[in-house]
Amino acid sequence: MTANAHALAAYNQRKGFLSWLWTWLSTVDHKRIAILYLFGGGLFFVIGGIEALLIRIQLAVPQNDFLVGSTYNEVVTMHGTTMIFLAAMPLVFAMMNAVVPLQIGARDVAFPFVNALGFWLFFLGGIVLNTSWFLGGAPAGGWTAYAPLTTEFLGTGSDFYLLGLQLSGAGTLMGAINFMVTIINMRAPGMTFMRMPLFTWTSLITSTLILFAFPPLTVGFFLEFFDHIFHANFFNTAKGGNAIIFEHIFWIFGHPEVYILVLPAFGIISEVVATFSKKRLFGYTSMVFATVLIGFLSFMVWVHHMFTVGLGPMANSLFALATMTIAVPTGMKIFNWLFTMWGGQIHFTTANLFAVGFVPTFVMGGVTGVMLAVPSADSQYHDSYFVIAHFHYVIIGGVVFGLLAGLFYWWPKMFGKILNETLGKITFWTFFIGFHLTFFPQHFLGLIGMPRRYFTYFPDEGFNTWNLISSIGAIGMAIGAIVLVINIVITTAKGQKAAGDAWGIGRTLEWSIPSPPPEYNFAQTPLVKGIDTFWKEKMEGNKKVTPAEPLGDIHMPNPTILPFLMSIALTIAAYGFIFANQTSASRPLCLVIAAFGIGLMLLLMLIHSIKDDPGFHYHKEEIIEIEKGAE
Amino acid sequence: MKRSWLLLRFLPISGLVALLSGCGVKGVSALIPMGKEAREQAWLMYLSLGIMVIVILVVASIYFYVLIRFHKRKGQEDYIPKQTEGNKILEIVWTVIPILLLCIIAVPTVKQTFAQSDTDVPKSQKKDVLQVDVTAHQFWWDFKYPDQKIETAQDVVVPVGKTVIFKITSADVVHSFWVPALGGKIDANPGQTTKLKLTPENEGVYRGRCAELCGSSHALMYFNVKVVSQSEFDQWVDGMKKGPEAPATASAQEGQELFKQNCMSCHAVGKEGGPVAPNLTDFADRKMIAGTLDHNKENLIKWITNPDAVKPGANMPARGMNKNLTDEQIQKIADYLFTLSVK
Amino acid sequence: MSGANHVDIRTLSHPETATLEGKNKFLGFWFFLGGETVLFGTLFATFIALRNRVATGPSSQELFSLPLTFLSTIILLVSSLTSVFAVLAMKEYKIRQMQLWFWLTVVLGLAFLGLEITEFKEYVHEGLGYTTSAFSSSFYTLVGTHGCHVLFGVLWISALMIQSYKKGITTVTAPKYYVSALYWHFIDVVWVFIFTIVYLLGILGG
Repeated sequence: MTANAHALAAYNQRKGFLSWLWTWLSTVDHKRIAILYLFGGGLFFVIGGIEALLIRIQLAVPQNDFLVGSTYNEVVTMHGTTMIFLAAMPLVFAMMNAVVPLQIGARDVAFPFVNALGFWLFFLGGIVLNTSWFLGGAPAGGWTAYAPLTTEFLGTGSDFYLLGLQLSGAGTLMGAINFMVTIINMRAPGMTFMRMPLFTWTSLITSTLILFAFPPLTVGFFLEFFDHIFHANFFNTAKGGNAIIFEHIFWIFGHPEVYILVLPAFGIISEVVATFSKKRLFGYTSMVFATVLIGFLSFMVWVHHMFTVGLGPMANSLFALATMTIAVPTGMKIFNWLFTMWGGQIHFTTANLFAVGFVPTFVMGGVTGVMLAVPSADSQYHDSYFVIAHFHYVIIGGVVFGLLAGLFYWWPKMFGKILNETLGKITFWTFFIGFHLTFFPQHFLGLIGMPRRYFTYFPDEGFNTWNLISSIGAIGMAIGAIVLVINIVITTAKGQKAAGDAWGIGRTLEWSIPSPPPEYNFAQTPLVKGIDTFWKEKMEGNKKVTPAEPLGDIHMPNPTILPFLMSIALTIAAYGFIFANQTSASRPLCLVIAAFGIGLMLLLMLIHSIKDDPGFHYHKEEIIEIEKGAE
Repeated sequence: MKRSWLLLRFLPISGLVALLSGCGVKGVSALIPMGKEAREQAWLMYLSLGIMVIVILVVASIYFYVLIRFHKRKGQEDYIPKQTEGNKILEIVWTVIPILLLCIIAVPTVKQTFAQSDTDVPKSQKKDVLQVDVTAHQFWWDFKYPDQKIETAQDVVVPVGKTVIFKITSADVVHSFWVPALGGKIDANPGQTTKLKLTPENEGVYRGRCAELCGSSHALMYFNVKVVSQSEFDQWVDGMKKGPEAPATASAQEGQELFKQNCMSCHAVGKEGGPVAPNLTDFADRKMIAGTLDHNKENLIKWITNPDAVKPGANMPARGMNKNLTDEQIQKIADYLFTLSVK
Repeated sequence: MSGANHVDIRTLSHPETATLEGKNKFLGFWFFLGGETVLFGTLFATFIALRNRVATGPSSQELFSLPLTFLSTIILLVSSLTSVFAVLAMKEYKIRQMQLWFWLTVVLGLAFLGLEITEFKEYVHEGLGYTTSAFSSSFYTLVGTHGCHVLFGVLWISALMIQSYKKGITTVTAPKYYVSALYWHFIDVVWVFIFTIVYLLGILGG
């Protein structure tokens, strides 16, 4: 019996819910991990969205008493933290996992084990953070967690924030290294760097940014954690500490983070716009160049988040100029998208509606970004609703629109069924209109003096109307999201089955294989002949992409529960540290639990090191059968 | 004047000025500048906004043209568009033009960044500027006038037309000092001093606020900047130096005694009392109770009785430092506090 | 993917990168070290910003002794050399030699850790606790993080060596030996910076 048959036999023995659960907990298949990321990220997106609605309820009218004081701060903090770290990041990783290996003609990612570990760390980190609501209160220092507020003036909520995000951050870092190596080492023959689809390119640059931006965050959080739990003095001015160091560390991470999120969205837009214009991407080379340049510049501009800290005119001016330069490559991208559509045949599918809606929305976010780069004017905008409007235009108008475009575009590839287009269009219009209604007025709110993170305002300040409009708009976005969930349920139950080339006009390799793809993705590794190689083959009258190898056995890794167990071990350690700070009586016990968690982690690493995975093989005959079934 | 010429040249900007200056409430809004710095900042805001509106118009026109002209029509399912790789000239155009637009913004940006950060006062001009030392606390503001040797809290009084240098620090967490009508903000960092230059050009009362999340009552950390004529300012300074007159009514006199026993370890009146909580020397002349409520006795009593209900997380204990003041006693203290005027 | 299993492994001059898995591990580990570099860079920056903020506690000039840290440095540099020899032995499939050199590396690592613990004990004794000042917090955090890396390296290499008696040198194990040596060099390089920035500058003052 082959190893694969063993796996199948084991599977049959454990039928039912438990075996279903086991399959998901132990999977190392990037396509399944993509689905895990999608639902994990989706779950937190809903939670973050509910928090956003609570904020808008409180601010709908002046002097409201729905959420007051620290409760409001908790909701604001959790909304920001959840949306950035637990919704946007994993959804980006969902897209990368689902698509990148397929786009480069790979059968797997470089480190399937690490990939699974990355997901579970993210997910359990998110759970740890969210359990704070029930275990002594959520963090309330803002998603930026400035010291010394977070370290000296707030309770255990801070520990949940610091350790929960430490876990999910470690997961993100692993995922990034996995994708860098996958993209560099595992491209199919002929897939040169300058033939890679734009989404793969942006994934590569984003992963690189993560690799260099997350370690500072890790350090920053550790320093705050040491201050908070072990009474270190990094940010304690009484003993020589300096609170501004944390602001620097945070924003050295924080600014690249914006591009970590938005670059993959740029990639998605590039794919969707090109596909649904039936044209190749206009100015491919300059798009790649602009992506690399944006990634590079993103590390040189962090001080524009700190113009009001008092670093002096020289620092402020230099960082202002550096910030402005980012507008140039970003502008190049906008025009390249417009001219991709120019002369094309634009299909208004839901995916493309989001991509088309993205363009003007993101331009709005971009131009306010240039305005914010002017330090003396920024001293008026900074920490006002103008900034809130700006980054929601960038992060919703850019990242979320991009992700939704990608979701509708690749859903058939991931699940084998096309999402309902009518419901999709309802989602688009309610979400799009709701979004602008919510955030456009916030530009004015900021300019007329409303600061961010205020739970209340006076009726005589001129903020009433704008806030009310903004709250009404939020309802539109909520409806859009609810319709999307309904759409997913209906499609899963009785959706239209998707062909391999689900849209009929696919250009890149992922559309050349069945939907959903078999576990090994490509029965034969494809030979890549140029940009949009699948489109080229179709234009030459071929139904399939030319293979680079004869049909043969395919080696795949076995599923393993170790990544999940490792994440559990670190979660135990995190809770140990968190509770060590809650009562002094149980502190030693809690620290022992934390040490146990770390010890368990080391033990599991040892087991992983000792137990080499021989993997299993799909045999030629099996593959022929599977491929027949897919047709 | 150079400025108005520029406004004319950028027609969209003057349109925007007309449109936006209708927004907001005088004294609160950054779009209705009442001081030199705010005015200069507003001008830079309008300049950058104007250029950005041009960008948006250009993008929008191409965008709508493309969407209308090139959308898929019925019966064209088999149409294959020309697969254009790119266009060098176009790509150069949309690289160079943004760079030029950015240069137009960049030059005044750098100039103003340096000009507004210049807070060094030459010795010869020392008497033309006023220095105010600001200490931010959770959740109130302390103002010291080092040259006049007076101290107040919550409401800062400054003369019109004079440059004021605020030297700002924090006693606890990071706060940010912001008076939108007079100029942009600067952070109050613990263990460090930042400087902010403001030159009010119109008399009036301008709302100031904390702009950096600082805890539960961040949203209630208001202060007021009272811009008055030079003579009124001088009078106020004299009044502050002398201190308020002794209370006249019996209730207020009893209140004073109670205040001394229950409040003075933290609050000061004149030179007497502690520095932990707001100085109350000119309390009766202020605009708001606890920076958030209308200025009347009823609200003051509410505040002293239960500070946490007014300002969550405030450090003031309920019913005095011994937490045992009766309603009647609080009433008397309120009577006393409303006699604290230096007018 | 598994093609390399069919050829005689001893004909490969680079067993660590003979398979795609090996190549991936090799590249991925370099990226990991890139991230680690930024991590230590941030810790160094924090330390440099806070190194003179001694509050009421002792300063670096009062504490540090050059001979002791010089000894630590020599030990760690030599251990880097032994790990080089180990990898050279691995490439020639001389498993006994490889094991010997790696075990020597482990012993030197342990000696280094022993010295570090003695040193920390001494400092605590002289009044430099973790919570004494911003300088003390940043010092212990930076040097301690490095120490934890050394400890992890010792555990890792030991675990690999114990397994090596059974598993030998194959295309599966060779990349592991190789990257563990890479990790050890990295730790060593970080120590050189610690020695210069923390100790030498600390003793010189300024």
